[in-house]
Amino acid sequence: MNVAAIGLPGRRLLGLRRSLARNRRWALVLSYFFLLVFAVFFLAPPYYMIVTSLKTNVEVAQLATNPWFISEGVTLQHYIDLLTKTQFPIYFRNTVIVTLCSVAITMVVSILAAFSLARMKFWGSGVLATGIFLTYLIPESLLFIPMFQIVRSLGLLDSYWGMVLVLPTLTVPFCTWIMIGYFSSIPKELDEAALIDGAGYLQMLWKIFIPVALPGIIAAAIFAFTVSWSDFVYPMAFLYSGDQQVLTVGTVTSLIRGDVYEWGMLMAGAMVAAAPPLIVYAFLMDYYIAGLTAGATKG
Amino acid sequence: MAEVALRKLVKRFDRTEAVRGIDLDIPDQEFVVLVGPSGCGKTTTLRMIAGLEEASDGDILIGGELVNDVPPMDRDIAMVFQNYALYPHMTVFENMSFGLRLRKVPRQEIRERVERAADILGITELLERRPKQLSGGQRQRVAMGRAIVRHPKVFLFDEPLSNLDAKLRVQMRTEIKRVHQKVKTTTVYVTHDQVEAMTLADRVVVMNGGRIEQVGTPQELYHAPRTRFVAGFIGSPAMNFLPCRLVENGAVLSVRLSEQLAFPVPEDRTARYRPYLDKALLFGLRPEHLTDPRNHGRPHVREFAVMLDVVEPMGMEAMVYFTIDGTEVCARVEPGSVTGPGRPMRLAANLEHFHLIDPQTELVL
Repeated sequence: MNVAAIGLPGRRLLGLRRSLARNRRWALVLSYFFLLVFAVFFLAPPYYMIVTSLKTNVEVAQLATNPWFISEGVTLQHYIDLLTKTQFPIYFRNTVIVTLCSVAITMVVSILAAFSLARMKFWGSGVLATGIFLTYLIPESLLFIPMFQIVRSLGLLDSYWGMVLVLPTLTVPFCTWIMIGYFSSIPKELDEAALIDGAGYLQMLWKIFIPVALPGIIAAAIFAFTVSWSDFVYPMAFLYSGDQQVLTVGTVTSLIRGDVYEWGMLMAGAMVAAAPPLIVYAFLMDYYIAGLTAGATKG
Repeated sequence: MAEVALRKLVKRFDRTEAVRGIDLDIPDQEFVVLVGPSGCGKTTTLRMIAGLEEASDGDILIGGELVNDVPPMDRDIAMVFQNYALYPHMTVFENMSFGLRLRKVPRQEIRERVERAADILGITELLERRPKQLSGGQRQRVAMGRAIVRHPKVFLFDEPLSNLDAKLRVQMRTEIKRVHQKVKTTTVYVTHDQVEAMTLADRVVVMNGGRIEQVGTPQELYHAPRTRFVAGFIGSPAMNFLPCRLVENGAVLSVRLSEQLAFPVPEDRTARYRPYLDKALLFGLRPEHLTDPRNHGRPHVREFAVMLDVVEPMGMEAMVYFTIDGTEVCARVEPGSVTGPGRPMRLAANLEHFHLIDPQTELVL
């Protein structure tokens, strides 16, 4: 439609375009400003961690120097000490075992649960789905007391296998909820086609649902990984021995002795502990976003 | 291949009865189309045949065998869905062979069957592509291919052309008919599009409100509808319905549409209509039987004058709209004979094709 057709004089239209361009410029300026503020806010702690982990103990202790910069030379001594003189490698190994096992258990349980709740309509399935989500809302600081009794009765107190059993209670509800949303967004005709093609329910799940819902499953797996890797309350309550301890609690308890803080090693430990989740996110971020939004925008 | 039989089939969803005791016999190799408006129970009936919905009452027989409690995979049927339902993570070859792989058909045979089906449908060059790389028409062909490779007893189509644009729909319609002529498998096809139903079907089943209104060949339904619903549903534009009264002028019966307009009843129908003398009835005549006077010279054609309200030129023909005693009427005429909106025009009604309907029973008399 040309200008004359809509009855707008050329000069007025030009003014409208300029005003739109000005609005867009302001929107962009504000967006960049707030993005910068958030980036500084969230990147400051990791930056502080890196800087401190690379300083000598002497520089860390000197209050006169600027804590945000390295002024007396870079050292990797804290990393070397952490890996050779502490139980950090054991904590790391334990954390890897606990995380991988609890992610595996979480995925098996929540994929089966989500599939049945999303697709196999049975009496009470709707209530059950809501109920599962509600359990996620109970904080672990309340749950650890009854959980302590259960873990003790199973003889798994002070064993990282106890953590493998306990951590899925935190991850299964949310992962199931994410995947119910994702599975529900898969067209119903797809399972009907599979049924007619001759697939049973497990074949349908394995050959159709899991490949199609992979972004949702990866999103759930990343969530389970993050929760299992970084949990603090349960290992604090259930693990005491150094050889059973995991990274989160082990690093803190072994590197803070009374009022002596091994700042350099603490920061190096935090860096090494943060690396695996960072790597996982870096590679799978696209899947993570796709998985979460698919569940969220389902009509 | 096999025949399909439905006996007093009922489907209830809570308190709503979607299908109300229908009986239908579909002989081997026949192409039957279930047609009707939304909510008439056609898709529910198809899904019951497929085993995707449980029948609340009645029996479903495929090849003479009662299949009410047989799961879909064991009914030996194949279904083509409205949105294709192709597995997005599989290639076309994998999509088409999925059912065969699950049934442990030897690999060599799978390849042969898929290639033969792909050849029939002209999709050989697409076998390694994934569904998202295909156009709507190609996806529909793959969905049909997935059904063909199985060599099922019955093909079920659930509005397979609804997602395609008008041009492709016509093309795929011909394609489906060609495939059926080649493979000759008993087919049950659901659509709400009566043109699709008429062009594809050996027999059309018109459904309304969970019941079968009429079963017949496209010609039977067009020329001899049994109810007002069928008369109005089949044909495009729809049949005109005008309130009328049957009157007698001497020995001649006439259908009076208004003070000025009355049509004589052909002699062969006089005896049939006489019991309805002086009763309020509905006069039904299709737009194509209400046309230019110059094309008619036969005894059952009656000319009359109208004042045109709206003219819709369509190239090879034109639809003109006018009113008779307050009721809007459509006529299909040659574009050259149209005078224009707000101007008078002479039309001719072909009285060999009119119907009289009892408004109480909605039955065609």
